[in-house]
Amino acid sequence: MRIFKIPIITILAVCFTLNAQQTPAKKQMKTIAISGATAHLGNGSLIKNSLVVFDNGTIRYVGKMDASKLNSEIEIIDAKGKHVYPGFIIPNSTLGLIEIDAVRASDDDEEIGTWNPHIRSIIAYNTESKVVETMRPNGVLMAQISPRGGRISGTSSVVQLDAWNWEDAVVKIDDGIHMNWPNTFSRGRWWMGEEPGLNINKKYADELQELNVYFNNAKVHNFKASPGLNLPFEAMKGVFLGHQTLFIHVDDEKGIIDAINFTKQHKIEKVVLVGAYEAYKQTELIKENDVSVLLRRVHSRPNKSDEDYDLPFKLAKKLVDAGVTVALEASGDMERMNSRNLPFYAGTTVAYGLDKEQALQLITLNAAKILGIDAQYGSLETGKSATLFISQGDALDMRTNQLVHAFIDGRNISLESHQTKLWKRYTEKYEGQ
Amino acid sequence: MKKIKFLLFGLFCSFVAHTQDYFPKNDGVKTKASNYTAISNAKIFITPNSVIENGTLLIKDGIVVKSGADIEIPENTEVIDIKGNSIYPSFIDLYSTFGVDKPKRESSGNSPQYGPSREGFYWNDHIRPEQNALTAFKFDKKTAKSMLEQGFGVVNTHIEDGIVRGNGALIALDINGSDAKRILSGRSAQYISFSKSVKSQQSYPTSIMGAMALLRQLYQDADWYKKENRTTIDRSIDAFNNNSDLVQIMAAGSRVNALRADAVGDQFGVQYIILGGGDEYERISTIKNTNAAFIIPVNFPKPYDVENSFLANKLELESMKEWNQRPTNPKILNDNDVPFALTTHGLKSVSEFKNHVKNAIEHGWSARKALEALTTVPAQLLNNNKIGNLKNGSYANFTITSGEFFDSDTSIFEHWIRGSRTIFKEFNQKDLNGSYTFNLDKQKYKLDISGKRGNHKTKLKSDSLNLSCSIKQNQDWVHLLFTTKDTVNQQFMRFSAKLDSNTPDLSGTVNFFDGTIKKLTLIKSSSKNITKAKKDKKEAEAKTVLAVSYPNGAYGSLQLPEPETILFQNATVWTNESEGILQNTDVLVKDGKIVEIGRNLKSRKARIIDATGKHLTSGIVDEHSHIAAASINEAGQNSSAEVSIEDVVDADDVNIYRNLSGGVTTIQILHGSANPIGGRSALIKLKWGESAQNLLYKNAPKFIKFALGENVKQSNWGSYSRFPQTRMGVEQMYIDYFSRAKAYDLKKKSGQAFRVDTEMEVLAEILNKERFISCHSYVQSEINMLMKVAEKFDFNINTFTHILEGYKVADKMKTHGVGASTFSDWWAYKYEVNDAIPYNAAILNAVGVVTAINSDDAEMSRRLNQEAAKAVKYGGASEEDAWKMVTLNPAKLLHIDDKVGSIKIGKDADLVLWNEHPLSVYAKAEQTIIEGTVYFDIERDQQLRKSIQKERNILIQMMLKEKNKGMKTQAVKVETKQDMHCDTLDHDQI
Repeated sequence: MRIFKIPIITILAVCFTLNAQQTPAKKQMKTIAISGATAHLGNGSLIKNSLVVFDNGTIRYVGKMDASKLNSEIEIIDAKGKHVYPGFIIPNSTLGLIEIDAVRASDDDEEIGTWNPHIRSIIAYNTESKVVETMRPNGVLMAQISPRGGRISGTSSVVQLDAWNWEDAVVKIDDGIHMNWPNTFSRGRWWMGEEPGLNINKKYADELQELNVYFNNAKVHNFKASPGLNLPFEAMKGVFLGHQTLFIHVDDEKGIIDAINFTKQHKIEKVVLVGAYEAYKQTELIKENDVSVLLRRVHSRPNKSDEDYDLPFKLAKKLVDAGVTVALEASGDMERMNSRNLPFYAGTTVAYGLDKEQALQLITLNAAKILGIDAQYGSLETGKSATLFISQGDALDMRTNQLVHAFIDGRNISLESHQTKLWKRYTEKYEGQ
Repeated sequence: MKKIKFLLFGLFCSFVAHTQDYFPKNDGVKTKASNYTAISNAKIFITPNSVIENGTLLIKDGIVVKSGADIEIPENTEVIDIKGNSIYPSFIDLYSTFGVDKPKRESSGNSPQYGPSREGFYWNDHIRPEQNALTAFKFDKKTAKSMLEQGFGVVNTHIEDGIVRGNGALIALDINGSDAKRILSGRSAQYISFSKSVKSQQSYPTSIMGAMALLRQLYQDADWYKKENRTTIDRSIDAFNNNSDLVQIMAAGSRVNALRADAVGDQFGVQYIILGGGDEYERISTIKNTNAAFIIPVNFPKPYDVENSFLANKLELESMKEWNQRPTNPKILNDNDVPFALTTHGLKSVSEFKNHVKNAIEHGWSARKALEALTTVPAQLLNNNKIGNLKNGSYANFTITSGEFFDSDTSIFEHWIRGSRTIFKEFNQKDLNGSYTFNLDKQKYKLDISGKRGNHKTKLKSDSLNLSCSIKQNQDWVHLLFTTKDTVNQQFMRFSAKLDSNTPDLSGTVNFFDGTIKKLTLIKSSSKNITKAKKDKKEAEAKTVLAVSYPNGAYGSLQLPEPETILFQNATVWTNESEGILQNTDVLVKDGKIVEIGRNLKSRKARIIDATGKHLTSGIVDEHSHIAAASINEAGQNSSAEVSIEDVVDADDVNIYRNLSGGVTTIQILHGSANPIGGRSALIKLKWGESAQNLLYKNAPKFIKFALGENVKQSNWGSYSRFPQTRMGVEQMYIDYFSRAKAYDLKKKSGQAFRVDTEMEVLAEILNKERFISCHSYVQSEINMLMKVAEKFDFNINTFTHILEGYKVADKMKTHGVGASTFSDWWAYKYEVNDAIPYNAAILNAVGVVTAINSDDAEMSRRLNQEAAKAVKYGGASEEDAWKMVTLNPAKLLHIDDKVGSIKIGKDADLVLWNEHPLSVYAKAEQTIIEGTVYFDIERDQQLRKSIQKERNILIQMMLKEKNKGMKTQAVKVETKQDMHCDTLDHDQI
């Protein structure tokens, strides 16, 4: 149960001195080989009895176990019976932007105003967040940190989750702009005498028009040498040049069609739909336009009573089967603490139709592709970053998701957290009794 | 402003005395009217079931003197021949706010108000039995006219504000007379509801269950006040006791609230007359079982505009079905012998009333029953034999119509109230519609008149040329304006005729453009009525009405599933008993119980389910749920022990079905965490399709929710005025309440007279170990505190729920003997959960505390098997132990482990068949069974999906057809049910 929803200004001074986060790991000094594990590459394939060798943060070999690749200089981790995975990636996240929902002083995810492309999440990203460190023991090693609110929320960046400061954490800075598509329905404000429930949004066309005007003006400003400073418009430039991705948060079918047409009209190259609950109804259009999808939290309920009870569980399967590039996101209620359940969201899609390696792609290589970091991250491939972990068992199933080692860019990171410390402290207390 | 379509004869009825005899008169001589009026040549409905053909109604001074086919008429009688038209008694509306403005909402202050704003009245401002409709009454001529036009002559009006609203007044809608005659009774009924007064900001009650509790307490207090010597005055209770002899009208407003209201009434021997919601047909047997009479609205929904398929997709089957089925409600109520009257309540405009009733009749309701529901039934409910009929001695309140009241082409000519006459349309007036021919200047003209009076349409032709023409009817004159045939030099002609009912033709004068005046007769050649033919066709169409399902929305069943004898063969059986997990084992289910467990079991009657490769477990028990409830928090006071979730169980919540799909069979619906002492729980089985009453456990162990920490301190919302604001205050509040409860209980047990106080009764149950506490808790200090308070009063806390810092005081909890029901891995949503760790369950379990994992969330509850598996991941609980955390352990905490929670012979057959290891993320429930009845079956689910689609398609087609016919539609809207958590307040303001 969460907090009461009526927000107030809290003057509570929050003291976070109890336990600082784990010390970030040092640079990889020695070549490391993981031998004998089942390697899940993240690209859909799997190697049993594998060997993964990496040095200086980069993977040098991934393949069948091959003793000739080993020598006495190499630190060998015997991982027989265990599983090795690329680090999981959580896109569209507010990790590090809010520490405690109910403590307003710790909330930094949403700026006021409607048009905020210039608002950059990265500078508020708190590497010392106690929530962030709880991601790693479950295999979640990277995140896209995205601002919320407004029509255009701001600019996101991609980080790795073991860093001294935000500059240290950056994997890809200012990777995309996040935009909330107008809703076709709006909630009636009963206290203002409106019909309660969801009513047709009569302002939809106006809101769409505003978007068009905004994008047109942003283009004119950036490419027709408009005089004067305009921070928001200038922040949009990368989207028009195809350097940055436009992440459009939209769920309903009509909104999806309108959004895709909008991006065509404005010649926006890189487009990703976020949430995209009804994307399964428009897979052809999505594919034709080379749009990808960050699919809303798997562990959610259907939007309507009439819908299949398992619709949110099987949406990924529908999109994958249709050939759409899809990754999982987790925004919504309690999104930060629940982001460590990302592997289990993927696991649930297996119960509802995908195979395990396909499901793994949704939180590894597909996510990396969508965030534009797949040259370096997202799969176990030679030449890519050694951002990976070893689990005792199947990492998509909570019973067997037990990490023994995790590496980010080859750095052997801590799997401890404030929570494991408390666990150990009190376990010791009772063992002593 | 609408056009007034009727004529008003102000002082036409000279025999109506407007002033009382004893009033002095200074503007003339005193007159006395003593003539009779006879309305003859009439079909008189004395009652809907007693009809006189070709009779005469004799009235005097606004009272029916006599009626009959052949009655003697005194000499001083004015006779009105109505030429075969019909006379109906005026209708009665029992639920009206006629002439009484709805009070204005008081502007709200910055901080919630907990105390009353009045002195010398009841402690709660929403109890207003001292209100009297007449003090706020002002006769509203405009509304009265529109009511009269729909057939209503008498309304029972009241101040529609507050939970107890005081007494209503019975008003005759005489627009010509004075209040002296209009007010038939100033104390006609007492009105009650579950909605708060807008005149006060007093917080309590914030929920429907709080309103029910408040009403119950009022009955107790009123009784005590009556019996005891008292030193203070309570004007509310005085009025309430005074009003107890009146008819009690309860504005429930919906099927579910009707049952709630009836339960309250029954407890105190009061049978309410209940204002329904029009949805009674959905579970008609529960409505019938109330034995109450109802007041039923006819505000049937308009079809939705589903032309835009994107929007139509948002519409729920449930809403579409409402449109389709609601017009059958009156018929179904009648078929089930539920007595009821109709009301105009809920209509956007009174003028829609007749059409809605007609719609119900087209859906199979009998027109005679409709008349009864408007006349004799409401009269009887008010115990008033002078209204609703035209028997000798009754009020002369009646309408004169051209035929059957609810027929499409029936006109209402006149409405008489207490002998005072309002004319809408002269009954002897000729029907203008038809075709006419005439000659002017040697030219032949043909004129067609169609449409309704006041809104006639014309078509004028000469040869084949269309000429412009307009018509205006002014009382018994008709005026035409038309152009000549000459297209070059168009001239205007005017024709005026006085209507003469003795001839079909129109004779009058025509004014030529040059000033010439000539006589002209338009000869009627035919009187066919085009619009009428159309309507007849429409009525002939059969109405397609979808069958009611249980529940009456998505995933409901037409027939409720029945218990079966089932033999599961060759399953992996998680017994939760000392036998552990049994491989290749059979389980036999019979009469709702588990009867045999073993290998190679046989049963001839049983349905065999091959469970090879599958896992059979007992059903999941969720200790902490907020689904299936209409309200969760009564936040209006710091203690709300008097409320009970059992009062507000919502059996139609689709989350029940979704929980079944996740293997959940039993849940405790807990009150929320808005106050240190919350409300009582409901313990239910998820028997999807059954009524709320049938979901409840029989003889359930009693529970109450307590809460600690930020929520009860109201830390995260804008209230600073309610005690307690600190954890320190919370302790003292408990000590205060339990001390008072102890004293109350002692007094009660001593045999002394005492004021029954439900809150104290409930707290005394805790002290007497008859009721168990499940307490919302987070940090160790307060957990420890509550155990100490309980120990001081010599009882134990049963369960700490949430208990996220339980791991810090696990040893103390074990010593106290309290169980834990926690989240698997939630934290960081507020300050007090900063030290919450996912290892909590495993630590508590290892220390020996009975530990459960709960949901508190409608989404998580359908994956509790996954949440249990996290106890394996975090802290290394064994798989069997982890599984018990969502089955046997919560059953123990709820004191129902003798019935559910494990697979054991003799226990309830609450079982789940999984396709996989139940703790695996890959597991799906294939069948969920409660007491031997299959409530979820993954294959049947596929069929239900198809039938939802089919029904949607049928209804969308029907609505498109309505739109195509030109029917008015309403925009698509989506009713959103609120997701309930501990901290959820009622969605709708009550």
